[in-house]
Amino acid sequence: MLLTVKALTKSYSGAEGPVPVLRGIDLTVAAGDTLALTGESGSGKSTLLHLIAGLDAADGGSITLAGQDVTQLDDGGRAALRRESVGIIFQQFNLIPSLDIAANIAFQARLADSYSPTSARELADALGLGDHLQKYPDQLSGGQQQRVAIARALAARPKLILADEPTGNLDEETAGEVMTQMLALVAQTGAALVMVTHSPRLANQMSRQLHLRQGLLA
Amino acid sequence: MNVKFAAFVALIALCAPVGLSAQGFSGLGSDAEGFSTPAPAPQFDFPADHGAHPDYRIEWWYLTANMTGPDGTAYGLQWTLFRSALAPHTGKGWDSPQIWLGHAAVTTPDAHYTSERLARGAIGQAGVSAAPFEAWIDDWHLRGASFDALKLRASGSQFAYDVTLDAQGPLVFHGEGGYSVKSQQGQASYYYSQPFFALAGTITLPEGDIPVTGTAWLDREWSSQPLAADQTGWDWFSLSFDAGEKLMGFRLRQADGTYYTSGTWITPDGATTALPDGSFDATPLATSDVGGRSIPTRWHVRVPDHAVDVIIEAVNTQTWMDMSVPYWEGPVRVSGNRSGIGYLEMTGYDQP
Amino acid sequence: MTAAGLSALWSHWRRNPLQLFTLIAGLALATALWSGVQAVNAEARASYDAAAATLGEGQYDQLLPETGNQIPQETFIALRRAGWLVSPVVEGKLVSVQLLGIDPLTAPNGLGPVGDGGGMSLPDFLENPAVFANEDTAAKLRGIIDAPLVIEPAIAPNTAITDIYQAQRLLNATGTLSRLIVARNQPVAQKPLGVVAPDLVRRAAQGGSDVARLTDSFHLNLTAFGLLSFAVGVFIVHGAIGLAFEQRRAMVRTLRALGMPLRRLVVLMAAELLLLALAGGGIGVCLGYIVAASLLPDVAATLKGLYGAQVSGTLQLRPSWWLSGLAISVLGTAIAATGALVSVARMPLLASAQPRAWANARGAMRRIQMLASLLLLVLAGVLALFGDGLIMGFGLLACLLIGAALALPLFLDAVLSVAQSWAKGVTAQWFWADTRQQLSGLSLALMALLLAMAANVGVSTMVSSFRLTFTGFLDQRLASELYIETDSPRQAAALERFVEPLTSEILPLLSIDTKLADMPAELYGARIGATYRDNWDLLAATPDVWDRIAAGEAVLANEQLARRADLWIGDTLQIAPDVALPIAGVFGDYGNPIGQAIVAEPLFTALHPQVRATRFGLRTDDPAALRTALMDDFGLSAQSITDQAQIKAFSLGVFERTFTVTAALNVLTLSVAGFAIFMSLLTLAGMRVPQLAPAWALGLTRRRLGQLELIRAVILAILTATLALPLGLALAWVLLAVVNVEAFGWRLPMYVFPRDYAVLGLFALVAAVLAAAWPARRLARVPPAELLKVFANER
Repeated sequence: MLLTVKALTKSYSGAEGPVPVLRGIDLTVAAGDTLALTGESGSGKSTLLHLIAGLDAADGGSITLAGQDVTQLDDGGRAALRRESVGIIFQQFNLIPSLDIAANIAFQARLADSYSPTSARELADALGLGDHLQKYPDQLSGGQQQRVAIARALAARPKLILADEPTGNLDEETAGEVMTQMLALVAQTGAALVMVTHSPRLANQMSRQLHLRQGLLA
Repeated sequence: MNVKFAAFVALIALCAPVGLSAQGFSGLGSDAEGFSTPAPAPQFDFPADHGAHPDYRIEWWYLTANMTGPDGTAYGLQWTLFRSALAPHTGKGWDSPQIWLGHAAVTTPDAHYTSERLARGAIGQAGVSAAPFEAWIDDWHLRGASFDALKLRASGSQFAYDVTLDAQGPLVFHGEGGYSVKSQQGQASYYYSQPFFALAGTITLPEGDIPVTGTAWLDREWSSQPLAADQTGWDWFSLSFDAGEKLMGFRLRQADGTYYTSGTWITPDGATTALPDGSFDATPLATSDVGGRSIPTRWHVRVPDHAVDVIIEAVNTQTWMDMSVPYWEGPVRVSGNRSGIGYLEMTGYDQP
Repeated sequence: MTAAGLSALWSHWRRNPLQLFTLIAGLALATALWSGVQAVNAEARASYDAAAATLGEGQYDQLLPETGNQIPQETFIALRRAGWLVSPVVEGKLVSVQLLGIDPLTAPNGLGPVGDGGGMSLPDFLENPAVFANEDTAAKLRGIIDAPLVIEPAIAPNTAITDIYQAQRLLNATGTLSRLIVARNQPVAQKPLGVVAPDLVRRAAQGGSDVARLTDSFHLNLTAFGLLSFAVGVFIVHGAIGLAFEQRRAMVRTLRALGMPLRRLVVLMAAELLLLALAGGGIGVCLGYIVAASLLPDVAATLKGLYGAQVSGTLQLRPSWWLSGLAISVLGTAIAATGALVSVARMPLLASAQPRAWANARGAMRRIQMLASLLLLVLAGVLALFGDGLIMGFGLLACLLIGAALALPLFLDAVLSVAQSWAKGVTAQWFWADTRQQLSGLSLALMALLLAMAANVGVSTMVSSFRLTFTGFLDQRLASELYIETDSPRQAAALERFVEPLTSEILPLLSIDTKLADMPAELYGARIGATYRDNWDLLAATPDVWDRIAAGEAVLANEQLARRADLWIGDTLQIAPDVALPIAGVFGDYGNPIGQAIVAEPLFTALHPQVRATRFGLRTDDPAALRTALMDDFGLSAQSITDQAQIKAFSLGVFERTFTVTAALNVLTLSVAGFAIFMSLLTLAGMRVPQLAPAWALGLTRRRLGQLELIRAVILAILTATLALPLGLALAWVLLAVVNVEAFGWRLPMYVFPRDYAVLGLFALVAAVLAAAWPARRLARVPPAELLKVFANER
């Protein structure tokens, strides 16, 4: 199993004591799975995603990703796991504004020492970015920027792709196009995809759907 | 100028007969351009020849003494005045190429005190007059109405001495009547000695004044090019045997590992026999560490022609003369088939 | 991974070259001023040391003639033969060069020019005695002397060294010596000095060279200036680094999210800063060299005039200052960047990645700043009241300056909020509110301006006060119209008889070195007459001071003596073993390092009958006629007569040069501060578009917005100047009344120069306007599309 989450709990400190966000999540994802996480705002979808990515530390439970328990790793270990096994696609794109598009796409792959110019070029072409490689992020539209973020995540050949409302900042038409392209490319690479989304329409395009309600899987 | 002083001192080394490093020797072996050179069969003119010879490049009045204190402790004493000429003439006042260098030392079995003085030509700070005889630099002097009865004094920051010297025998001439050859190429000097001084007086050490008696040996030598270019240092012995005979012998070390030796056998009444190259033999038996240098302080000396087969041992192995020209000079004890006392001087060992 | 990380970090600078330029330029300017000042100091110190080593001054005891300036050569020989290890020195002037003859055979080791320049060997010295000198000095001697000249850069300026024989010949001094140097280690047996050479006096070695101590005051001022400039520079660097880190917050989060470990990231950022610091420092050292090379001739002239110290006019690259320049650049960067790096290290990975206004003055931060400022200012007050010592003086300076700098944003905010509450129109209200909001971004640059202006006010007040005091002091001290030097007491007596009918007053100069209150001092004998009574302003005096002095009932003490011995009017001063007199007056004696007391001539002569005056001041209404009479009828040479006007003009000329140096440094510091403002405004301008867009959308023209930007800069500069003036005056007070007294023993009266301050304020305004002009113009011309984007892009 690529990803196994067991009895995962997490709470944040609020004005009146700790506020539980995740109250015991169990979840497995196999290679090639595409999983949609849905739920209302504050249901804990993004938190779950961040914990899996090692961006935040869990309070209890375990997350086993590619044979490693994420909750037991230190900052360096989690960073290594992220750059080598995980691709993250943020709602805000989070491109590096001072690097051009080519460098942005190559970036995570170069961090992980797995950069291949050919596959990066193929990805860029597949996402329709071929003409924009010398441009900078602020010269692109939102849809184009998100395509760059997708290319960046895929170029590092991760086993697991985590996407946090990747089309949340895009208009509906663009969102549809980006989604289609992303799913096609993920299918090509054989990676698993876990995506947080509000949209039932997008969730329906995935192989599995899980709904979070008040920190528990429904 | 501190660095340049070293250069200056190296130049002084050219005139010093002792403590010559390889470079120093190449200086001593350098051309005697413009200077007079010694010739065989010299005719000495005394007392004038006890004085300075400014037309020769180098000259010295060199006195060593073996002494004992009231408790029988052995002491050694050295007093040397060197003259070195940058040019073969005298001048007036400061404008003189004649440079004077004084070394004084007192040796006890476990201490060695030294001092050095420098002075220039004709201003009166240093010089030698023949009659009455006086050799002086600053407050140091060796002087007397005649060359046979002298008073000697010197002082340093930790020691002083004030002694009288009375000759008990005649002057002794080395080599061929005072013409002393120093190499196979024929380099030579004029060289005579007064080895028969009886000494009495006082030495002043940090612990106080000590009355002493003993014997002293005065060497006079002058030349312009006394050494060959390939000679790297020397080992010089002046020995007084208990039976009354005396021996002067030296070994000049040559760059190819061979030696040139010479010496004089002196009978108690002052009759001399010159020892030709090879008939004086000195071999180091043991060395001592002297400030990081390995210095031979125990020797085997043999002169088969005169039945000499003795061991020479330094009274104090640490008698390094840390002067502008460094060398080893100190009193020795003689044992073996003859016993006695003496002085040993070794040059060319100054590379630690 | 490192390469990828570096490329991302570096790409920021590539995309924001202006920020990179600010950072490097700030570092370079700060380092330039610091290393320039250090270079000048190092060069001057090296010159003093070389001079001290050459002349053997300070290091060794010396034997000097009790009277006159010659020692017979026989005395030297007699001393040597009596067991004294002394070495002869003959010295004299050839043209304007100090020619020094030494005997290398007896000179103590280490005497002579320091350094390892090589070239001086015994044959050079003795066989064909060459004269050794540095390039400039040799040029003066070329063609004048008939001895070979050898260039030796390590020899002190304006000094030439040769063998004693050559020196005696060139100086026409055969057979005589000037002084004897006493070696440290002497033999055990010596005849007493008094028996061998009764005419010589022994002067004990001194710890350091006199010149170095005298000139310390000058270097202290330069160093203080260098440090202030550097502080200004560090503010700039702090601003630039803070901005760069703030703008890269989002990038740092992204890098970490993509798998860059935090530790690696911090190390890379630190390495990046080190590289920038070295680059900026390197450029700064080069600029510093230029600053120093252009200042050095003036500094050299000042030091020569003020203290007679010879300083080489050419600059050498010495590791002491260029290394310290690089070090301080790295140190400054480290100080400026530590906070930013710590905040990167502590920044949570998931917090909002929105860029927030950098260095936003949050409530807690502001309270801490206010507290620190208060604490420092209180500490400054405590130090001023109860502190003691030079270090305390500098501590006081530091507390005062930093405390004031920290208080500046609070002060400005308070003033602006009052203005805001008074504002009527909506534009005015928006303007004041917007200005307040801008404060946080500009505060570092404004602090730099505050410090620069305060330093200017402080230092120029000090120098001007010094000049004013000194000019008055010169008038008092140089009352006589002519100064005469005679060769011997006999000629002096003849001269007195000769000039008696021609002058209104003859003032002999009688003095002897002695000890007063257990400190080295000079005792002077004065002929009390109209000159003293009319011209001398005393710092403190009893009513009948001159009558009592004239009657031999009292003494005058200089301020140094009085302060150091803790004596004042009415206290008793022992001036001879059995003579103690009350102090009737204290006089200012600026520039003199040691104590001095003055008694009436008859008393002096009774105490020291052996001292006879050979120099005189003459009072006359017609100096020219008296001069002619002295030369034509009495036969004095022209060199023996000095005109008062000449001395005064020379002394004042020296001050003008000091001003040149001070003025140059003033302009440089102010430029650095102006640059800081310019850079802050320029970087802020980019971030201001979102803030200005709503104002534009609501009807303010871009042109008007640009004007308001300019007005804002002027208002902030004026407010800063308002605070800088009292701060600068406080700084001047500390320098004059605290640091000077602690360092040199005299206190300078402080004068205020309102016109100078007004001019300075104007300069600061001009600097602010110049700095604001371009950013304002850019704002006025920002394309409407750019402003519209603010709304379009809003998420």
